[in-house]
Amino acid sequence: MSANCPECEAEITLTKPLKGEIIVCPDCGVELEVISENPLVLDLAPQEEEDWGE
Amino acid sequence: MKLGVLYSRVRAEEKLLFDALDARGITYDRIDDRDAQFDLTNPGAWRDYDVILERCINHSRALYALKILNDWGIPTVNTAYVADVCGNKLVTSSQLVKHGVPTTRIKVAFTPESAIRAIEEFGYPVVLKPAVGSWGRLLSKINDREAAEAVLEHKEILGSYHHSIFYIQEYIRKPGRDIRAFVVGDETIAAIYRQSEHWITNTARGGQASGCPVTPELNKLCVAAAHAVGGGIVGVDVLEDPQRGYLVNEVNYTIEFRNSIATTGVDIPNRIIDYVLAVGRGEIQVL
Repeated sequence: MSANCPECEAEITLTKPLKGEIIVCPDCGVELEVISENPLVLDLAPQEEEDWGE
Repeated sequence: MKLGVLYSRVRAEEKLLFDALDARGITYDRIDDRDAQFDLTNPGAWRDYDVILERCINHSRALYALKILNDWGIPTVNTAYVADVCGNKLVTSSQLVKHGVPTTRIKVAFTPESAIRAIEEFGYPVVLKPAVGSWGRLLSKINDREAAEAVLEHKEILGSYHHSIFYIQEYIRKPGRDIRAFVVGDETIAAIYRQSEHWITNTARGGQASGCPVTPELNKLCVAAAHAVGGGIVGVDVLEDPQRGYLVNEVNYTIEFRNSIATTGVDIPNRIIDYVLAVGRGEIQVL
């Protein structure tokens, strides 16, 4: 399944997308989140916050 | 059994856990914390859960969700108590000291002036850390008084109020590495060395993982540290002091393990799931 990076419009193909999964755009390097699996929809991933971690 | 996995985003660890659950034919609900809501007086469908595995990336969301769930009597891995202790380095250190677990020396001060005095009683270098924070963010190795004054002023002026709770740690001259040990219940199931030329060795900051044998001494220390913070599934960071030996540095409660499965040969996701299922069946009491 394919979708375009919302930042640089590169076409990104994922074989087994998972809603909530974080991927990195191979063209521009921005972090993207899988918003929908079918149809594949990608959006910019949330920015890291101060209380994020293990 | 009804199992839920509460998460913020699907990282490599969540995918590994989901894959392991799917492979075992275990049904479970994926609960995105951005969609979750809690009516404190009416748990509703939450009551149906026998256990919830918490995998949030936001400490605050994890802490409050776990608090509500535990107050409703729903077992969680880990519990709100563990999240509360481990989510704050100051509270963690106090628990470790209280339970006699060997750890680094920590001083706490509330003003830059008293912090300087505390630092100089230690002698340089020292490490300043935010009490709440992770992945090696905002750690400062303070080598001299000028650096101390600058960092303390920046923290006081630019940071929110909790950056003025000064958590000061003695600097341990570790051998270019530290140890991350994974504790599940009463056992240290695996451990890795995190090697780095930089004094910050977190794998999130580029530290390289390699296998570390779980000796009886390391197992005993890490299990004691886990129990000191309330038990469950935790990652214990251990420093090797040339004179004093193993010292517990920190304890983490939503462990990241993607770099540690191949390195250790231990099936960490399935060990986590085994524990969670045992909690769900009531074989392990967490509340």
